Amino acid sequence: MTTMIEVEGLSVAFGGVRAVDQVSFGVEKGEIFSIIGPNGAGKTTVFNLISRLYDATAGRIVFEGRDISRLSADRIAAAGIARTFQNIELFENASVLKNLLLGRHAHRRTSVFSELLFLPKVRRQEIENRSIVEDVIDFLDLAHHRDARVAGLPYGVRKVVELGRALAATPRLLLLDEPSSGLNPEETEDLSFWIRDIRDDLGITVMMVEHDMGLVGRVSDRVLALNEGKVLAVGTPSAVQSNPAVVEAYLGS
Amino acid sequence: MRFLFKTNYEQDVRLFQHGGQVFWYAVLAVLVLVAPLVLSDYLVGEAAFVFILAIAGVGLMLLTGYTGLVSLGHAAFLGIGAYGEAYLLSKGVPFPISMLLAALIAGATGFLIGLPTLRLSGVYLAIATFGFALIVSEILAKWESVTRGFNGFRVPRIVMFGETLRQDWHLYYISLAVLVVVILGVLNLLRSPTGRAFIAIRDSEVAAQSLGVNLTVYKTLAFALSAAITGLAGALYAHKLNFLSPDGFNIILSIQLLLMIVVGGLGSLHGAVFGALFVGALPSVIGILRGELPRVIAEQPGLEPLIFGLILVLTIIFEPYGIYGRWLKLKLYFQLFPLYRRATFRRTKAFLKSGRR
Repeated sequence: MTTMIEVEGLSVAFGGVRAVDQVSFGVEKGEIFSIIGPNGAGKTTVFNLISRLYDATAGRIVFEGRDISRLSADRIAAAGIARTFQNIELFENASVLKNLLLGRHAHRRTSVFSELLFLPKVRRQEIENRSIVEDVIDFLDLAHHRDARVAGLPYGVRKVVELGRALAATPRLLLLDEPSSGLNPEETEDLSFWIRDIRDDLGITVMMVEHDMGLVGRVSDRVLALNEGKVLAVGTPSAVQSNPAVVEAYLGS
Repeated sequence: MRFLFKTNYEQDVRLFQHGGQVFWYAVLAVLVLVAPLVLSDYLVGEAAFVFILAIAGVGLMLLTGYTGLVSLGHAAFLGIGAYGEAYLLSKGVPFPISMLLAALIAGATGFLIGLPTLRLSGVYLAIATFGFALIVSEILAKWESVTRGFNGFRVPRIVMFGETLRQDWHLYYISLAVLVVVILGVLNLLRSPTGRAFIAIRDSEVAAQSLGVNLTVYKTLAFALSAAITGLAGALYAHKLNFLSPDGFNIILSIQLLLMIVVGGLGSLHGAVFGALFVGALPSVIGILRGELPRVIAEQPGLEPLIFGLILVLTIIFEPYGIYGRWLKLKLYFQLFPLYRRATFRRTKAFLKSGRR
């Protein structure tokens, strides 16, 4: 097993609040790794640090042997990391297809001038992007909504569109921020199959922040529990769930 | 009702989606090409003005309608383009080159303005661009060695192929050609990664960033491109006006440009053209109406701004997608007839609003 991403002593403070405090963990290639914890534990902050939306005050993030802690946020996608957002950040006034095509942005090989003239290489690139996106549409069963505007779609579908957009970027590491929030049990069930297929069939390592312990238990190989920015426990789902410190963080002593 | 059955990806990338579009655009092309043979000189001149407005509208649409950056200073780019053209022609630069250089100057200015205003958005950006427009109009008035200040600048005539072009239909065809080229260029951008990046920035900056869109690069690019296109319109506008004076490029013109794309329909190139038709044609229509109205109303000095304002307010309340939005609905009505229902376009209230607003 090789390490996909290694986080060492990661800390960030907003004013006096230490949102993430000396967090270290490693994710193996081909793993499904979940981060759990009560509200405000710093789970999403860890994701925002990895996708470089926040600057860490201390610590290092090493992705595939390369230190990405100083990379700018728009270089992360090209490095091979894609993500979804807790509150869904889709391009509301564009079609589902356009949203997914935007997932291909990091793979762009053409210049503005060639695009102004729509040279043959731009056309070839567009058709290649289109066929990759079509595979994602097929994989996530989105064909029905392909040309629909995102703004009119139900919540559950939007979640899937956002997942599709991240997959269209053909990442090696996928960060899912609360993928099941707002979904009904049936949709959550679909999601758990997809997450496993993403790992097994597409070979993408998955990290997710999740509250639904059922989903976490079903799909995760390992779980990291956070509370108040600190690591409580790391291990298999059942071991972490029965860890006394984790139980105390959720239920109080 | 037309159903498109797509069999390859090429079909999604094409400019014209189906034969019907090719047919109607061909009809339109023939109509605008023969129009000067039929119309009076006055109307041909007015039509040329509409084309020029449409070019500027496409420029502003790229920035405001697609990238989501509101500019209240586009009259400044129009002014820079116009004065650039006049100055370069007076220095002996031949016509098409002078126009391209003027656009380049406007584009470079747009780039410089884009840089410091990157962190601003919404109303703040509008105010910053407004300030910029004030500075430019001040410079146009004071930099007399180049702009001749308030003495005004007589624009040299276009000379092409050894002929001096002074007829209205000359400008008509030149503006038409520029408009078509600009629209095709922008359409090409919009169906490639750059155009999608603009839309991404408009709808969610944070998602755009995490997909690999460099906000600094694309926002400045949008500014520069938009300014260059508007500068191109400015160069042609100089020939429409024949005589430039600095107070011609004021805030009212900026607001008219913005009004044009809002009334036309934000976020579509059709909207820019429809808006230009509207803004270009309305004064003439009001002029004709004047003769029909009772004198008490017709002789009110504020009639024109009043009607403009009224239409803007009504558009925003009843048709936020502008003339183009209304056009799409009309089209659907006839396509679905007699099955169209009033509620087709009624937006369902989204209680689970995604994202922050």
